[in-house]
Amino acid sequence: MSDTIEVEGKEYGVDEEGYLANLNDWVPGVATVMAAQDNIELTDEHWDIINFLREYYEEYQIAPAVRVLTKAVGKKLGKDKGNSKYLYSLFPYGPAKQACRFAGLPKPTGCV
Amino acid sequence: MSILHTVNKSPFERNALDSCLKFATDGSAVLLFEDGVYAALKGTAVEPHVSDALGRLKVYVLGPDLQARGFSAERIIEGISVVDYAGFVDLAAENGKVQAWL
Amino acid sequence: MSEVVKKFMYLNRKAPYGTIYAWEALEVVLIGAAFDQDVSVMFLDDGVYQLTKGQDTKAIGMKNFSPTFRTLGDYEVKKIYVDRASLEARGLTQEDLVEIAWEDFETEEEIENIVEVIDSARVGELMNESDAIFSF
Repeated sequence: MSDTIEVEGKEYGVDEEGYLANLNDWVPGVATVMAAQDNIELTDEHWDIINFLREYYEEYQIAPAVRVLTKAVGKKLGKDKGNSKYLYSLFPYGPAKQACRFAGLPKPTGCV
Repeated sequence: MSILHTVNKSPFERNALDSCLKFATDGSAVLLFEDGVYAALKGTAVEPHVSDALGRLKVYVLGPDLQARGFSAERIIEGISVVDYAGFVDLAAENGKVQAWL
Repeated sequence: MSEVVKKFMYLNRKAPYGTIYAWEALEVVLIGAAFDQDVSVMFLDDGVYQLTKGQDTKAIGMKNFSPTFRTLGDYEVKKIYVDRASLEARGLTQEDLVEIAWEDFETEEEIENIVEVIDSARVGELMNESDAIFSF
């Protein structure tokens, strides 16, 4: 993993696991570029989760662990989306870890 | 030369404030910051002790640390002045010497 | 997950921001919540300052983790205790503290505020009843 990623001609710092170094640097293009590196093309369904995570972080100052994310998504976006099968279909490397990375958040608390 | 005394520990956890008030001579300045700001609040078990000291010492509290901990200026003991970072620097400069009670 | 559920108590005795203890303790609670144990979080002495309302750390350049306490309910922590004597010594009441809601997503059972102010004698009993105490 390189220490920067290039988005729309601008360099952004990332840590050794590919998480954005500065939360406030995030622009939607960061998610698009990170997803492309993982061979994912982002759909509206992906964006729902990414935006949800950014709102969750804004309110609670942490990235939720996967089971907390699942429950919270279920409550906000409906029970059909609040299950790990659906979330893993969107984010095969783990809904919390991978989606948080795309959203520019730190690695979720409670994930190893 | 006068001394600015600083206290950055909670009065409920350490005796830094006690020692400071015991040794600071009349007319000295005392600045409460970081966890030391809890000593500036009204209604605490240490308030009488701090109020007594106000008669002979000038006591200041650092606003940003107070704000960080969820307390507004209305909650502090009358006679204590709120200062910002620039005010902290001015106090240090005016007094020439700083004694940090850790 | 595990067959035997143990009672874990996280005991907080330090104010936030002046030292790193309070934030570290909260992270450990959140990580530990994944192990499905019977978790309680206790606030004693200066630890009660962690729960004050209206914290705003912009001017000191540190992370404000006060809002994070409100996720404890989501992490299935259902018991949060505050020592009454520690509050009183600091001129505080329950009014000065944040409220933490808890909700069961399956049954939609809700508790508006799980923060409970208790007497010192009860603190001692709860400590005795715990299988393990993690002290911060």
